[in-house]
Amino acid sequence: MAALDSDSDEDLVSYGKGLEPLEEGERPKKPIPLQDQTVRDEKGRYKRFHGAFSGGFSAGYFNTVGSKEGWTPSTFVSSRQNRADKSVLGPEDFMDEEDLSEFGIAPKAIVTTDDFASKTKDRLQEKARQLAAAAAPIPGAMLLDDLITPAKLSVGFELLRKMGWKEGQGVGPRVKRRPRRQKPDPGVKIYGCALPPRGSEGSEDEDDDYLPDNVTFAPKDVTPVDFTPKDNVHGLAYKGLDPHQALFGTPGEHLNFLGGGSEGASNLLGNVGLSKGRKLGISGQAFGVGALEEEDDDIYATETLSKYDTVLKDEEPGDGLYGWTAPRQYRNQKEPERDLRYIGKILDGFSLASKPLSSKKLYPPPQLPRDYRPVHYFRPVVPATSENSHLLQVLSESSGKAGQDPGTYSRHQLNASKRGQLLGETPIQGSATSVLEFLSQKDRERIKEMKQVSDLKAAQAKARSLAQNAASSRLQSSTPDLGHCSQHPTLGSWSAATRASNFKPFAKDPEKQRRYEEFLAHMKEGQKDALERCLDPSMTEWERGREREEFARAAQLYVSSHVTLSSRFTHAKEEDDSDQVEVPRDQENDINDKQSAVKMKMFGKLTRDTFEWHPDKLLCKRFNVPDPYPGSTLVGLPRVKRDKYSVFNFLTLPEPTSLPTKPVSSEKGQQQHGSDKSRKLSRWDTSKLERKEDSISEFLSLARSKVGPPKQESSPLVNKEEERTVDKGAASQPEGEGSRPSMDLFKAIFASSSDGKSSSSEEEQDDSENDQEGTEEANFQSSQEVAMVESAVTHTAEPVPCEPAAPFPIQKIQIDEREEFGPRLPPVFCPNTRQKLETPQREKHKKNKEKHKMKKEHRRKREKKKKHKKHKHKSKQKNKKPEKSSSESSDSSDSRSDEEETADLSPRELLRRCTPVVQ
Amino acid sequence: MAFPEPRPQAPELPQKLLKTLDCGQGAVRAVRFNVDGNYCLTCGSDKTLKLWNPLRGTLLRTYSGHGYEVLDAASSIDNSSLCSGGGDKTVVLWDVASGQVVRKFRGHAGKVNTVQFNEEATVILSGSIDSSIRCWDCRSRKPEPVQKLEEARDGISSVKVSDHEILAGSVDGRVRRYDLRMGQLFSDYIGSPITCTCFSRDGQCTLVSSLDSTLRLLDKDTGELLGEYTGHKNQQYKLDCCLNERDTHVISCSENGKVFFWDLVEGALVLALPVGSSVVQSLAYHPTEPCLLTAMGGSIQCWREEKEGGAG
Repeated sequence: MAALDSDSDEDLVSYGKGLEPLEEGERPKKPIPLQDQTVRDEKGRYKRFHGAFSGGFSAGYFNTVGSKEGWTPSTFVSSRQNRADKSVLGPEDFMDEEDLSEFGIAPKAIVTTDDFASKTKDRLQEKARQLAAAAAPIPGAMLLDDLITPAKLSVGFELLRKMGWKEGQGVGPRVKRRPRRQKPDPGVKIYGCALPPRGSEGSEDEDDDYLPDNVTFAPKDVTPVDFTPKDNVHGLAYKGLDPHQALFGTPGEHLNFLGGGSEGASNLLGNVGLSKGRKLGISGQAFGVGALEEEDDDIYATETLSKYDTVLKDEEPGDGLYGWTAPRQYRNQKEPERDLRYIGKILDGFSLASKPLSSKKLYPPPQLPRDYRPVHYFRPVVPATSENSHLLQVLSESSGKAGQDPGTYSRHQLNASKRGQLLGETPIQGSATSVLEFLSQKDRERIKEMKQVSDLKAAQAKARSLAQNAASSRLQSSTPDLGHCSQHPTLGSWSAATRASNFKPFAKDPEKQRRYEEFLAHMKEGQKDALERCLDPSMTEWERGREREEFARAAQLYVSSHVTLSSRFTHAKEEDDSDQVEVPRDQENDINDKQSAVKMKMFGKLTRDTFEWHPDKLLCKRFNVPDPYPGSTLVGLPRVKRDKYSVFNFLTLPEPTSLPTKPVSSEKGQQQHGSDKSRKLSRWDTSKLERKEDSISEFLSLARSKVGPPKQESSPLVNKEEERTVDKGAASQPEGEGSRPSMDLFKAIFASSSDGKSSSSEEEQDDSENDQEGTEEANFQSSQEVAMVESAVTHTAEPVPCEPAAPFPIQKIQIDEREEFGPRLPPVFCPNTRQKLETPQREKHKKNKEKHKMKKEHRRKREKKKKHKKHKHKSKQKNKKPEKSSSESSDSSDSRSDEEETADLSPRELLRRCTPVVQ
Repeated sequence: MAFPEPRPQAPELPQKLLKTLDCGQGAVRAVRFNVDGNYCLTCGSDKTLKLWNPLRGTLLRTYSGHGYEVLDAASSIDNSSLCSGGGDKTVVLWDVASGQVVRKFRGHAGKVNTVQFNEEATVILSGSIDSSIRCWDCRSRKPEPVQKLEEARDGISSVKVSDHEILAGSVDGRVRRYDLRMGQLFSDYIGSPITCTCFSRDGQCTLVSSLDSTLRLLDKDTGELLGEYTGHKNQQYKLDCCLNERDTHVISCSENGKVFFWDLVEGALVLALPVGSSVVQSLAYHPTEPCLLTAMGGSIQCWREEKEGGAG
C-alpha cells in the first residue's frame, strides 16, 4: 500500500514486500507457505524462530551471541595496578541494536507514549482549542499542544472525580429536572443544521411528566469563557478568513442561518474540524484525500438527504417545537432580520440587538447672520462721571450708539456695574479699572506736577548717574533728606507700588511690614520724608539706614516682579515651613576687584579667597588625614540660614562678605538674629574667620605692616574720645574686617548709641583727616558741591568725576593711612581727591614695597629650588647675582607698567571696576 | 672631603623623537604616564582606553566599556587599577590585569573632564563640566560619592591631588585648592578659564594654564604670582601643562602644534618643540626621567633627551 507510488518510495520507509498489482481478472495469489516466510536481520542473516507461541528469536548463538560458548564475559582487569573503570552497566548494554531501533523493545527515537496520547479528549476543551487555533496566526499551530498533554490528570480532575464527577459533565450540585443530555457519540456525524446538543430550554415542559422526582442530573457543562485578550486592532469579534471555512468549504454555511444561534454556529465549526480527529491546516479537496485519511465524504460536497435528520429528535432549534423546517413566521418572529443583516460570528455573551439602533437625528447648525464677525471687541467700561462724559460719548459713538440716551439702555447694554447702580447697590471697589481712580482730584493734580518735576529730575539724575552709582554701591546710610532723594522711586512706579501693596515682602516681621506699608503710603502721598517717618525711632541709626534702603529697594523691586508674576502664579496651598534658605555663609568676593588685580598681576591676597571648608569624615579617612573639624558634622562650606524673602539675598551686594560681620545682621529683624549675632561676635576673635572676610582689607593690613609703623598722630584713645563727641547723626558704618579692635571699642560705640546716634567711624576719620590734612579741605569741599545730593555715605565715591585719573594703587595706600585710626573701614576702592597731593611719595613708597615683595617672592622661589639644586649652589653663586639684578629690574619695570596701565583707565572704567552695578 | 661636588648637569629636555605610536583609537584625548613612568595610558575618542609600553611601543591591553569617548585616565599607585572618565558621564574603575570594569560610578550630570586617584588609590576624584568634583570611594560599594565639591561656578577642567590637597581648575577662572588637613578652601582668581593645573613636584607651587594663552606659577600658600609663561597659543582647547621631572622647566601644549618649554625661574622660552601641524592635545611627563609623551590627533609621540641615557 505504501509503495504504490514510485515517487513516494524515496520518502517512505517500506516494510515488507509490496503486493504486486493485480491484473484484471487475476485471482489473488496464494499465501506464502509458512516455511517460506523468513526473517532476516539487517545483515541479511536469517533469524531463527523458536518457541511455539511466542515466536521470539532464539537469543543464542545463532542470532546474537557470536560464539558457540555463548556469552563471553568481559575481560578481567585487576584493580591493583590499573583500576578498572567502574562502568555501571545498564540494560541497554545487553541489548541488541535491533532492540534499540524504532521498532525494538526499547526504541531510542522519541515516540509518543501511551501516557501522553490522550485517548479521551474533552470535547469542549477541544472545541475551545480549535477555535483558538483557527484564530491563531498560524492555522493549526495549536496542534502542537495536542502532541504533549500531561500524562497525569491534574489534581483538580482527580478531586472532582472522586467527588463523583465525570468527564463531560458540568460542575456543581446536581439539578433535578434538567436532564443533561449525554454528549452525542463521537461517531455520529452531524451535518448541516447543527443540533443544539444538550439541555434545550424549550423541551423542559414536555420532559416534566416522565422524569422521576428522585432522579437528578449533572449540570450542564459550560464552554469555558475565552479569556484571550484582544491584541489586534480589528473590530470586536472580527475574524479574518477562517482557514476552516475556506478549506473545508463549510457545507453548512448556508444552513447556518437556520441554526440555533451562536452556539449552533460554533458547534458546526467544531464538528467539522473535530470529527474523527481530522487534521487541521492545509488539507482537503484541493489536495486530494490523503492515504491515511479515512473520510472522504466531502469530496464532492454534495448534499444528500442522508445528511439531514430523518428522525424527529427531542431537541430542536429554538424552543424545540419545530426543527429547521419550522414555519417561517415562527422563525422570523424569533430572530427577525438576523440572517439578513449579520452573518459574522456573535461573541459569547452577546446577542444581536432585537431592534436596530435609532439613527441619531442631526440638527443643522444655526445660520449665522450675514454681518457676523467672529471677533469680540471689549468695550472699555467708563463710568459716567463729569470728567469723562466726553470720553464716554466718544466711545458710545464709536460703537454705533450715538443716538442712545444713557437712560434708555436696553437690558443688554447694561453692564454689571450699571445694573448694580440701577438696583441701588454700592459699587464694588475692586471693579475699578485704574489706580488713578483711587486718588483724589487733588492728588491727581499733584501727580501731574510731580511728573513734570520728575522729568526734570531725571535729567538731573542722568548727570549724576555716575556718582549715584558709586553711592548705591556702598551700603551706607544717608542723611535723611538726601538719601531719600537718591533712592526715590520714580513716579512711574507709584501706581505699581500701590498695586503691590498687597504683596508683603516683610511678612515675616509684622512690625517691619507695617512700617513698610506706612512707607508706601507716605510715598503715595509724595512726602519727601516718607522713609524717616515710618522708621522706628527706637532703632539705631545703622538699622535705620538698612531699613531705609531695604524699603526703597523693595518698593522698586517687588513692584515690577510682583505685577508680572502675580498673573501667573497662585499662592501655595501650604506654606513652606522653612522660610529660610540656606546660603553659603562666605561667598567669593566680588570679581571686579579681582579682575583689576589680575590685570595688574597682583596675585596673592587680592585674588585669594579663603573659606572654611569641611571635608567629609570618610574622605579624611581615605586621605589619611585627621579630620580638621572633629566636632562638626558639617560637610562642605558652612552655610547660614537667611531669610528667604529678604531682598538682600537676591541682590548682588557690593560686598556680601562684609555683611555677616555687621553688628546687627540686617536681613532679619534684629531679635531674630540674636543667636546669630552672638555667634558672630565670638567669631571676631578668631583669626580664621577674619581671613575669610575681605581680601582687600587683608591686603591693606598686610601692606600697612609692610609700610612700617603707623603714624601716631591720633591714637586709638583719642579716637575713642572723638567717637563719643562727634555726633553727626549719620548712619553707622560697618567696620572693616582686617583687624578688629577690641570689644571694648565696640562696646564704647554701641553702648553709647542708645540715643540712636552712634557715630560713624568713617566720619571721625574724615574729621581726623581734616585735621591733619587741612590743606585738602577745599578740594574736598568742591568735590562735595558737585555731588551735593549724594549721601554722606558716598564720600569716597563722590569725587570720581573730578579726579578721573587717580591710580588705583595709590588710592589704596591712602586708605591704608586712614586705616590706622581706630576701627578700619571696609574696603573702599574708589579714588579720592585727597590723594592727589600725596601721590608722589606714596608711589615711591609703593614701589619700595613692591620691590620688597618681589624680592621676597624670588627668595622663596629660590629656596624652593634649593631642594633640587643643593649641589649646585657653589657653582651657581656667580650666576645668581646677575639673575637677581635682572629680575629686580624687570620687577620694577613691571610695576611701572602697572601704573601706566591703571593711569590709562578712564574714570568710567574705574568706577565700573570699583562699584558693581546696583540697580 | 676634598672632593669637589660634581658639577650639576644642565637639565636636558626631551627633544629627540623616539617613537610615534598610532593608537588606532580615534583622536587621543589624553595621554598619561603611570606612576613609575613605565607605561602609559591613552584615552581614545572611540570609547577605549589603551595601556602601552611607550618606549617599546607595544600595546598591552585595551579597556573598553565606556559609552562615549574617554577624556582622562589615571593609574593607581600600585598599578593594579585604572580609573577613567569620559563623555558618558561615568567614572570607571578598571582592573588592569583582567581588563574588566570593576566599578562604574554614575552621578555626574555632564561629561567627566578629569579623573585622579588619591595617593592610596582609595578615592577617585572626578571633575566634570557639571561644575562639581565628586569623590568616589573605591572601597565601599556605595553608589554615591563620598563628597561633592560644588563650589565651582563652571565646569571643572582639571583636578590634581596631593597627599592632602585637591587642586581644581575651573572654567569660572578660579583655581581652588581644598586643603583637607587644614580644612580650608583657597580660591585663587585667575580670570581666564582654567585649562590645566598642576602641583610642582616639590609641592610648593601650582602651575595654572588658562585660556588667555598664559601659564602662571603661583605660590601655593599665598597665591602670589611667581612666574608667567607666554608664547604658546591656548585659546580654545583644554590643553595640558606640566613641570618637568626636576621642576626646572615648565611645559605646555600649544594649539599651533608645538610643545613649549620655559625655564621655570627665568620665565624665558627655552624650546618650542615642533610636534606636528595640528593641536597638541595632551602631554605627560615622565616622573623621573626626561621623557615626554605628547598626543596629537590619533597618535602619541615619545620624546627623550638628546643623548639617549639609560634604557627606559
